[in-house]
Amino acid sequence: MMQDAPLFPEQASTIASQIDNLFFFALGIAAFFSILIALLIVYLGVRYRRRHAAQTGEAPPHGSKAQTVLEITWSVIPFLILMVMFIWGVKIYFTAARPPADAIQFYVVGKQWMWKIQHPEGRREINEMHVPVGRPIKLLMTSEDVIHSFFVPAFRIKQDVLPGRYTTMWFQADKVGTYHLFCSQYCGAEHAKMGGWVVVMEPHEYQAWLAGEKSGQAEFMTGAELFAARACNTCHRPDTSARAPILTGLFGRQVGLQDGRRVAADEAYIRESIIEPQAKIVSGYQPIMPTFKGQLTEEDVIELINYIKGLKAPEGVAR
Amino acid sequence: MSPDGHATAVHGGGAHAAAAHAGHFDSAEQQRESASLGMWVFLVTELMFFGGLFLAYIVYRSAWPEAFGAASHHLDVRLGTFNTIVLIGSSLTMALAVRSAQLGRRQAVVIFLVLTMILGATFLGVKAYEYHHKAVEHLLPGHGFQFEGADPRHASMFFCLYFAMTGLHALHMIVGLGILTVMLIMGARGRFSAAYYNPIECSGLYWHFVDIIWIFLFPLLYLLERHG
Amino acid sequence: MSAAPTETGSEPRTHYLNDGYGIKSWLLTTDHKRIAILYLISITVFFALGGLMAVLIRLELATPEGDLFQPDMYNRLFTMHGIFMIFFFLIPGVPAVLGNFFIPIMVGARDLAFPRLNLLSWYIFNIGGIFAFWAMMHGGIDTGWTFYTPYSTTYASTHVLPTALGIFIAGFSSILTGLNFVVTVHRMRAPGLTWFRLPLFVWAMYATSLIIILGTPVVAVTILLVGAERLFGVGIFDPALGGDPLLFQHLFWFYSHPAVYIMVLPSMGVVSEIVPAFARRKIFGYRFIAYSSIALAVLGFLVWGHHMFVAGMSIYAATIFSILSMLVAVPSAIKVFNWTATLYKGAVSWETPMLYALGFIGLFTIGGLTGVMLATLGIDLHVHDTYFIVAHFHYIMVGGAIMGYLGGLHYWWPKITGKLYSRFWSRISAGVIFIGFNVTFLPQFILGYLGMPRRYHSYPPEFQVLNVMSSAGATILGVGYVIPLVYFIWSMRYGKQASSNPWGAVGLEWETTSPPPTHNFETQPVVSRGPYEYPPPKEAPVVA
Repeated sequence: MMQDAPLFPEQASTIASQIDNLFFFALGIAAFFSILIALLIVYLGVRYRRRHAAQTGEAPPHGSKAQTVLEITWSVIPFLILMVMFIWGVKIYFTAARPPADAIQFYVVGKQWMWKIQHPEGRREINEMHVPVGRPIKLLMTSEDVIHSFFVPAFRIKQDVLPGRYTTMWFQADKVGTYHLFCSQYCGAEHAKMGGWVVVMEPHEYQAWLAGEKSGQAEFMTGAELFAARACNTCHRPDTSARAPILTGLFGRQVGLQDGRRVAADEAYIRESIIEPQAKIVSGYQPIMPTFKGQLTEEDVIELINYIKGLKAPEGVAR
Repeated sequence: MSPDGHATAVHGGGAHAAAAHAGHFDSAEQQRESASLGMWVFLVTELMFFGGLFLAYIVYRSAWPEAFGAASHHLDVRLGTFNTIVLIGSSLTMALAVRSAQLGRRQAVVIFLVLTMILGATFLGVKAYEYHHKAVEHLLPGHGFQFEGADPRHASMFFCLYFAMTGLHALHMIVGLGILTVMLIMGARGRFSAAYYNPIECSGLYWHFVDIIWIFLFPLLYLLERHG
Repeated sequence: MSAAPTETGSEPRTHYLNDGYGIKSWLLTTDHKRIAILYLISITVFFALGGLMAVLIRLELATPEGDLFQPDMYNRLFTMHGIFMIFFFLIPGVPAVLGNFFIPIMVGARDLAFPRLNLLSWYIFNIGGIFAFWAMMHGGIDTGWTFYTPYSTTYASTHVLPTALGIFIAGFSSILTGLNFVVTVHRMRAPGLTWFRLPLFVWAMYATSLIIILGTPVVAVTILLVGAERLFGVGIFDPALGGDPLLFQHLFWFYSHPAVYIMVLPSMGVVSEIVPAFARRKIFGYRFIAYSSIALAVLGFLVWGHHMFVAGMSIYAATIFSILSMLVAVPSAIKVFNWTATLYKGAVSWETPMLYALGFIGLFTIGGLTGVMLATLGIDLHVHDTYFIVAHFHYIMVGGAIMGYLGGLHYWWPKITGKLYSRFWSRISAGVIFIGFNVTFLPQFILGYLGMPRRYHSYPPEFQVLNVMSSAGATILGVGYVIPLVYFIWSMRYGKQASSNPWGAVGLEWETTSPPPTHNFETQPVVSRGPYEYPPPKEAPVVA
């Protein structure tokens, strides 16, 4: 029976136990004070109940020092407890916000009402995410339409997924199993159905799964094919006569802009340069690139980004 | 605690104490102070109302300075300056109208109120001309929007905020003209005296407030980064 | 109050209720007490509507499959439940009914400073309500009460505009009410009634009014921009049009977080009246409670970002909002401890209003402490947008705001109507509501931590047991709300006459007759003592 109706969620990521510990600490504090107040109310209410109709209570001593001390005590003690919770909470939050450098990057696109997941190797899936156990995984997420939120209760993490920008989250699953994936930001009619499963597998099983047959996958163009089909390569050529910046080795570099600023060429920058080419002009080039807004899906953009990232290192796709 | 110094200074001269007040007030003095405080509180809410728009404008202006700068070049600074002068003038005549009411000069009240209303109407007329001009240039945000520039989407956002802010301001001006019409009628009937000038004083506060909003709108919309 | 002697004197006395009959004497009244009654009727209707939707929501959630309504219908139900309850019941609730009735009496005035504005605010409120009601009758709205963009501006195909307009209009009625209260408290106090002799209810209402005045216009302009984007397709908040959806969330929560204090501060004020009245003891830490109300109003404006910890905000901004949100717990804790300490060496009687007030303290404590959990960044990562949040804010708004509202209604009902209600049934109702409430919302904390997201029309089967418990509790809660409706109406016709001071409490409102005369007092009261000083002055004999 308890298995059918659990009272506590499974812990399946490295951060889950940290969050649970903090939660139990906070719950202990909450329970302590709630019960304290309840018991005090009942005790005082009975102990000092009115015994005859005209009875009045004893007036508190006027301006007593004891009262001031009491007021300060019950302001300062909660404050100190709060600061403990605050610092502890910030510590976890910062851990959750900063992916380790060796994390594998997955891409997630939210769309009414499905999650599309793309593995670094190019494998795609919908409403299911297969991940290897024991490896940090970073998700780079965006939405095709409204705001969604990627939520895996067993991992204790969630992050809103916004249209028009990338948000990130990371986790490291530490227990093999199948866990709920929910959308936790209301997104329209089938909001409750927008979810699926996260399947945590042993690394070798994951490799086998990656290599497995890809039946049922919709046809899609890879980044390299899109790069050619959209004629990106007519201007972005790897030679000196190019009318547009050379993209080889671009990813991760600092780029100098026309207005003197320098920006890091990360995913968000590349995405913006495709969707809104006029927003940031690389110094020394003319703003001649047409916008691809509305012509590429977010998945296409991700394919292109992945392709451009691949132009970085001669040994190929970074693992 | 009356925030406007002149009000208390005038009180006490001429016909005093006999002024009528509503039944739930103890005195005309209490009624006057209540009305004045109420007006100030109302203006605070108005300030927060415009504040939300100012915030949105500042956030977006700093996010897309080029697009907003390019779009603001399509505003006519000369007309904006003219309107600013007109509005400051109307504040002056409004203040004089309140002053005349306090001194019980019926004719002066009427003259100054009429002047204020003429200036206010002039402002609105110029504004209407500017709006018309924008419509002709296809700068009304929406489906017919056309903008020759690098970033038409954010230029459209500029014009959206421009119309929202100046439109709400103009709406306040129109309401103000309605209020002044009532004041004009009351003034012409000689309802104001040294002991009773509540309504016109509060109307004056409102009018000055609407002016001040424009004093902020003008540089934000017309002048910022206008050196090019 | 069972043995309360009825008012002596046999000739019919003129009071505000019999000072004119007929529909016109009500609809054109400028008497704050009658306007309070008008508001009471309006918000009761909206409460019933919102409650009906809550019942349907809980019915749907009794099974995991989502088989009672289509998802579209369910989404409309929870959206309109939120909109009616928040904008048309909780926000006007205590201020427009109890505040309207008692602020002028408590400050010893004949009316609010601007009686006609007060009436106007009731009309504006109803016009806003009619827009929202019209939208509901024509298919409703499905954006959630939060109107998050770009869903609300671009994707929703329901009646966003009329509903938003309704909320916009209703906002002006709160502004007028808040403005009226501020001016009344500043300018209309009776001779001798200094700031620190004011009842804490007035302090709380003053703090609430400040929030209303500063916050409501911001949400009004935000709604206006949502309307503009939706109508004309101009980009303000929709990233597809160049806008920023997070700006919407900032602007929205800048009002809507303080709005939580608009809902709960007045109830805190009510509790600050009830606890000393039934403990017959001067309230403990008067100044601390008074200042903590103001502190809550101020801090309430600085914490809106805690609604956005997982929305894509900078982690440093999140840190600042987290610590500020924690600070809110301090003034709240001060209030709770001071109320509890008031019982010490008191003469406590467990009358119905006291049951509600003590229930408030307990439930608000739970709501507040779970709120601290949500403000803790690490925990919020997991429980944000789950049923944990739903349970938390219902503890604040139902367990807090509504318990306080009902407590106040029971406390002052003899003053408002001049009639006594059934002591037995009212105590039963307080118990039923308390139990029903906890059975409804305690399981939702567990559901939330298990990971059930809010606004779900169907859910995985392992969540069913807790959901069925919650639905069962909601049934009890629903019954609990119907009982007072019955005995209150019953008391108006059959209830015993109330004396001017049935509880033996102190306060200006108990020094006038029940119900009060049209101008509140036969003679202008002069205040010469502090609040909550027991025993009451000799002129008002203690009756139990």
